[in-house]
Amino acid sequence: MPQNEHIELHRKRHGQRLDHQERKRKKESREAHERSHKARKMIGLKAKLYHKQRHSEKIQMKKTLKMHEQRKTKQKNDDKTPEGAVPAYLLDREGQSRAKILSNMIKQKRKEKAGKWEVPLPKVRAQGETEVLKVIRTGKRQKKAWKRMVTKVCFVGDNFTRKPPKYERFIRPMGLRFKKAHVTHPELKATFCLPILGVKKNPSSPLYTTLGVITKGTVVEVNVSELGLVTQGGKVIWGVSVDEDKAGDHGHAD
Amino acid sequence: RLKHFFVVVAYYMIPYVDVERLLIQFQDEAGEPLGSPFDVPLDITPDKLQLVCNALLQKEEPVPLAFFVRGEAEVVESLRVCVKALGVETEAVLPVVYQPQAVFRVRAVARCTSSLQGHTEAVISAAFSPTGKYLASGSGDTTVRFWDLTTETPQHTSRGHSHWVLTISWSPDGRKLASGCKNSQICIWDPVTGQQMGKTLTGHTKWITWISWEPLHLNPECRYLASSSKDGAVRVWDVVLGRCERILTGHTQSVTCVKWGGDGLLYTSSQDRTIKVWRAKDGVQCRTLQGHAHWVNTLALSTDYVLRTGAFEPADATINPQDQTGTFEELKEKALQRYNKVRGEAPERLVSGSDDFTLFLWNPAEDKKPLARLTGHSALINEVLFSPDTRLLASASFDKSIKIWDGRTGKYLQSLRGHVAAVYQVAWSADSRLMVSGSSDSTLKVWDIKTGKLHTDLPGHADEVFAVDWSPDGQRVVSGGKDKCLRM
Repeated sequence: MPQNEHIELHRKRHGQRLDHQERKRKKESREAHERSHKARKMIGLKAKLYHKQRHSEKIQMKKTLKMHEQRKTKQKNDDKTPEGAVPAYLLDREGQSRAKILSNMIKQKRKEKAGKWEVPLPKVRAQGETEVLKVIRTGKRQKKAWKRMVTKVCFVGDNFTRKPPKYERFIRPMGLRFKKAHVTHPELKATFCLPILGVKKNPSSPLYTTLGVITKGTVVEVNVSELGLVTQGGKVIWGVSVDEDKAGDHGHAD
Repeated sequence: RLKHFFVVVAYYMIPYVDVERLLIQFQDEAGEPLGSPFDVPLDITPDKLQLVCNALLQKEEPVPLAFFVRGEAEVVESLRVCVKALGVETEAVLPVVYQPQAVFRVRAVARCTSSLQGHTEAVISAAFSPTGKYLASGSGDTTVRFWDLTTETPQHTSRGHSHWVLTISWSPDGRKLASGCKNSQICIWDPVTGQQMGKTLTGHTKWITWISWEPLHLNPECRYLASSSKDGAVRVWDVVLGRCERILTGHTQSVTCVKWGGDGLLYTSSQDRTIKVWRAKDGVQCRTLQGHAHWVNTLALSTDYVLRTGAFEPADATINPQDQTGTFEELKEKALQRYNKVRGEAPERLVSGSDDFTLFLWNPAEDKKPLARLTGHSALINEVLFSPDTRLLASASFDKSIKIWDGRTGKYLQSLRGHVAAVYQVAWSADSRLMVSGSSDSTLKVWDIKTGKLHTDLPGHADEVFAVDWSPDGQRVVSGGKDKCLRM
């Protein structure tokens, strides 16, 4: 049976004294005096223990008070001037940290070594053989099927001569051989008709690259000397990525 | 050669009797003896000495020379006076140093004479006084330090700023130094005592980017200065009363540079891509010069050097720089003469360098349109500077090169390459023949402009070089940088 709730029970049943709050308040305010009286009058071992305990209590109290003080008054700590003094002309500029500069330099060098003509190639669908090459039947009974004819636009070059017809496996029809390409500069929004120098890379297959077949996503070299563009090194021939949308004739310059 | 010599000596031999004589040996500034010792009468005057010396030098036309007995006292009236003043015994051979005067040539600085330590943070600005007597440097440790040039040791440390001292500027008479800090305060210092003069000038809300004094020939008291700040305003201050006279607003972004021209016009450049021309008397905006495509970083006036040195003529420099003496009127007169000589007939020209990799040459007093657009740099331009004779223009850029242009037409002359990192500042020697440049790669390079080649490489700093200055008497170059020390 519960033995320790009689006080609470009584309070719940009968409430508190009418001047309970007043008495409580006054008792609490007397506590300081009573404590100090005790501390003064105590003697012996009891006193020692009490004093020790009281000392540690006081230290704790002081600490919390100080913390509260600091929170109340927000002080600007302007004793220390920040590090990293720079002259006025460098103030508005974010300097690159040294490490970043070095790593950038190394990356640049690696890129240069890897390939000068690396143009960001969009991912294009690889064109299968059936699409690009058409089977040509030859022979007396039209049974042999080792010849192929290119069905897409291609570039052959100036010094191109056909192999003897008996031996040529890949036929590039004259109608599909193009020498010039329309190149659009994306920033200037101007289109130029520039002679092609060569097919650099066809993403579908290295075979198409050697044949000079130009399909969507092919990187084509174009002669831009007419435009008179100069960089630090002199004339620059840009790599051009051909976009097939314009019927294989147009290209966007990079 | 002997014939000349005998003729000259014969002239002096005539009044032979009862004149005290003295053995002298001509020496040039480096101490090399010229000819052999010979005796002259004691009351010989400088122009007679000049005749003799010119005969020995055997130049086509006689060069005006000044003579210093034992390198110290100048022979002004006669040798007798000097000898008496110095108390030299007349038996020994007396060395007399001769110095060519009018056509002066500044020798290239070749070595680091000392490394001045003392700052506890990076040195961000350094400047010689107009006569070259004092040197002041401002740093990130919020102090301005004055250095004694003869002993190359610290002289005064002036505390008063609460943040980095971004910019310092000497008054044209060399008696005051103004410094601006990142907490938008300006203090005026006395170089002799190192104490602050007057009150701290407050008023700007953001950091000070540039300070420019009123030229000496407009006001010999050196009372007014203009300061530009990141808050977009330019303030004209009265230093004597310690208050702001005028506020020039108009720029919408940070004002990067302000120059007080010799004709009473103020030129300000800003990050809002414009340059504004104001009348200094009443603060009225005269003109806005537009054309740049990005922040305008720096301005240079063709008369910059002569406005900086005021009444001091670099050709009159002596080994020990002296203070400017004379009443206000004399100084004003001298400064005005020098200014008119340099300016010539045409009005002042202004060059602005910008983040858009180009410079514009303007005639701001007359025209809104630029005279020329100077392209060629491949990175932003940090500083532009006219040569002291205004014939050449140098632009220092972050593309590691310095380009020299013609000062009148803006035509490209040459490129000086050699630095391996961004070039921060340049300084011309007083005879416009040499130029020193300090860069982020911690070296300074002295360039010979005539040949366009590197003259001397001055390595030695441990970190980036932020500030470079060549003293107007041509004797020293100071450079300060991130490694907290100044090198002379």
